[in-house]
Amino acid sequence: MSKEAVIVPEALLKVVDLCKNFGGLRVNADVNFDLFSGECLALIGPNGAGKTTLIHQLSGFFTPDSGTVIFDGRDITHLPVHARARLGLARSFQITSIIPSLSALENVALAVQARTNGSLRLFGIAADEKTLNDQAFEALQMVGFDKQITTIADNLSHGEKRILELAIAIAMKPKALLLDEPMAGIGKHESLRLIEILKSLKSRYPLLLVEHDMEAVFALADRVAVLVYGKIIATGTPDEVRQNAEVKAAYLGESAM
Amino acid sequence: MNVAPDKKPGTVISNLSDSYRLSILIFLILALVPVFARYGAEGFILDLVNRAIILALAAIALDLILGFGGMVSFGHAAFIGIGAYITAIMVTEGFGEALIIFPIVVVVSTLFALITGIICLRTSGVYFIMITLAFGQMLFFAASSLSTYGGDDGLTIWGNVTILGSDIFADDVGIFYISLGFLIAGLFLVQTLVGSRFGRVLRAAKENETRISALGYNVLRVRLTAYVIAGVIAGIAGFLHTSQAEFVSPATMRWQHSGELIIMVALGGMGTRNGTLIGAFAYVLLIQALSDFTQDWKLIFGPLMVLAVLSKNGGIGRFFAYVKGGRNRA
Amino acid sequence: MSTTLFLVQVLNGLQLGVLLFLIAAGLTLVFGVMGFINLAHGVQYMVGAYFAVAFYALTQNFLLTVILASASALLLGLLFEVLIFRHLYDRDHLDHVLATFGIILFLNQATTVLWGPEPLVIPEPDFLSGSIPLVEGLLYPVYRLAIIAVGLAVAGLLWFMVTRTKLGMLVRAGATNLEMVSALGVNIRRLFMLVFGFGAMLAGFAGVLSAPIFSVEPGMGDDILIVAFVVIIVGGIGSIRGAFIAALVIGLVDTLGRSMMTDILKLFMDASAANQIGPALASMLIYVLMAAILFFKPTGLFAPGKTA
Repeated sequence: MSKEAVIVPEALLKVVDLCKNFGGLRVNADVNFDLFSGECLALIGPNGAGKTTLIHQLSGFFTPDSGTVIFDGRDITHLPVHARARLGLARSFQITSIIPSLSALENVALAVQARTNGSLRLFGIAADEKTLNDQAFEALQMVGFDKQITTIADNLSHGEKRILELAIAIAMKPKALLLDEPMAGIGKHESLRLIEILKSLKSRYPLLLVEHDMEAVFALADRVAVLVYGKIIATGTPDEVRQNAEVKAAYLGESAM
Repeated sequence: MNVAPDKKPGTVISNLSDSYRLSILIFLILALVPVFARYGAEGFILDLVNRAIILALAAIALDLILGFGGMVSFGHAAFIGIGAYITAIMVTEGFGEALIIFPIVVVVSTLFALITGIICLRTSGVYFIMITLAFGQMLFFAASSLSTYGGDDGLTIWGNVTILGSDIFADDVGIFYISLGFLIAGLFLVQTLVGSRFGRVLRAAKENETRISALGYNVLRVRLTAYVIAGVIAGIAGFLHTSQAEFVSPATMRWQHSGELIIMVALGGMGTRNGTLIGAFAYVLLIQALSDFTQDWKLIFGPLMVLAVLSKNGGIGRFFAYVKGGRNRA
Repeated sequence: MSTTLFLVQVLNGLQLGVLLFLIAAGLTLVFGVMGFINLAHGVQYMVGAYFAVAFYALTQNFLLTVILASASALLLGLLFEVLIFRHLYDRDHLDHVLATFGIILFLNQATTVLWGPEPLVIPEPDFLSGSIPLVEGLLYPVYRLAIIAVGLAVAGLLWFMVTRTKLGMLVRAGATNLEMVSALGVNIRRLFMLVFGFGAMLAGFAGVLSAPIFSVEPGMGDDILIVAFVVIIVGGIGSIRGAFIAALVIGLVDTLGRSMMTDILKLFMDASAANQIGPALASMLIYVLMAAILFFKPTGLFAPGKTA
């Protein structure tokens, strides 16, 4: 396929004037932001601000009513989910999304398999493929997965499942990671561990982090974008955003900013 | 994390040796049927087991999409009908050579599966069930209206399938071993597919379609591939059906027949190595036993099915798998 | 084909359409509200016809037969709901399919045992017998006109109930968001029972109406069930309006197709070939129509939006 016009070379992921309505409800209104290589951009905002809807449009589960999503110089606004993943845009889900009956290793091996040649080969025993398993093992090690790798995913604790999902995402060797509330439902102790894991990933992958946990956001983010009622009301460094009056107003009583 | 990833985790293919042995045992017993049938009511037993073998082949194909892929296809018998009618019509028209019929059956089954599959698989759940039902019924009515080829009454073939001039298809024992050969090949093929990279994606998509597409797999393509393969195998079962029974009727593709195939798969515990094989034989033998007992066997079998579904939380499949000791359970 | 004959076929198509609607209405509501796929809905139609045979033999009065047979169909539907179906609502579709398939096997066989395999029929009521001239040279049976009229009246009544009554509002809300309805403090179990019983009664009623014109025989509901499925797929599952429009369209397309396909084919090919292919093509017509509609609208024409 011929190279398409590179529109803004410096931004890896560029969101332009994105709008989404459900019925009469305006969920995203003229959302604009860029994710640059090597940075962690945190997307914060009160409940119902439209954060997950936004992630769904970036990863292809929803199609925006108007606006454009450009990834790696390519307009991906209307590409299906799987095609975006193939281009290197990986995501995690707010509600853990794994394959419950497969082992932890096989869950990750599926992600490795997806980016190899013959990803849908009809013969050979997939579970025995050393190259797939080795790379899956490596990804599990990177996130510090410390359970038996043959454990059936359904038998893992909630926190372990969240870590497994991170391993799945990085096993895709993505160009960018979209993380939808990786800390959701996790206890204090485990969340500190998860922050450490995410810090180690930050240097390797550009991250778009949607998160409620402000401790995590300020520990990880290089820049923060604030989404309120479907609109981005402020973007800047964590300190700038913390000082922003509009943000303070929107968050008053919501969270200890 | 202390184990290097050389030992494969618990999947369908774990316990390989045990279930492998069971498959071989089943095939050995089947292979001996013609030998022992000679001492009994030869024609009847041989015919019964041969019919069961052909149905088992179709049911194994259905298990690929239903048990492993999670697609409740209620039109699977339509493919048997396609294979059966093509064979019957070609023999009637004087083209009885298997080497000509067979490729045509494969091509037509593929095309029908592709066209209906693209439409069915864009939907999901209950739409999928109803649309496959409707397409199956479409062929049923079409065959019923084919007055040249028997219409409602079905078509008895005068003449038989030959292969390179040999009449082996017309011989009761010959067609028995040909059918058995296809059954063994079919089971091997389905098991290979299920364990392969493709099969792993198919199984995973049954559990979590969202995750699989988010990994970069085109789920529709994976399912369509499985649907076509299952259709072709069932088409081949239809080819064998006509060769063996020397008769075909529209009832072959009636939706109730598709329902019977689903029962066989559910009876066997869905998505296991030997389950469907056992389920198909258990079903045919159970029906035979019940209908020997009373011609109104459906009065007994119907409520039995309802009770089996009601009695176990996971449904009839898990109920029977439990009765069997759950040994082959994935 | 003459205009008169065409008109007759249009009326026949409408008559099939309203019968299909009576069957499809219950099917689409039960699926729309409970998410339950009921293959045994077709046997409700058959059972209605057999109840009609039984009650007519008893009373010799058509109106009384209609009332008693419909009430019996309602009771049977409620009985199945309480004994079997309500325990399966939260199961997967495969369990629905297997259990309702078992009921079909049982009831088809039970009718054979009770009434024998031969087709039965009941006479048209005296006050609706005979034919009347609709236009010059077109005589049409009064009873068939009455079926169309009654079917349209029931459709109107249903429309009124679904759009104008509290129960209808709950049913519509239930089809899009069940949790919300339950959060409003509605007794969901009773709502389900009502919807199910009502659907079963409509199918039984269709069976009663068709008893004087079609033969009453075991398995008569099996094939019409699939056509009713086609209707609700085309109309969009859960939509009464969709079921109504689709039922009339399917009824007309099927009837007109069967009567005209061979003649149309004769324009393109020789008569003997047309005579052979025509009927087969005609019988496939509604399924091809369904496929075409699904290709462009995978959830049918009027699917109510499902929200989480």
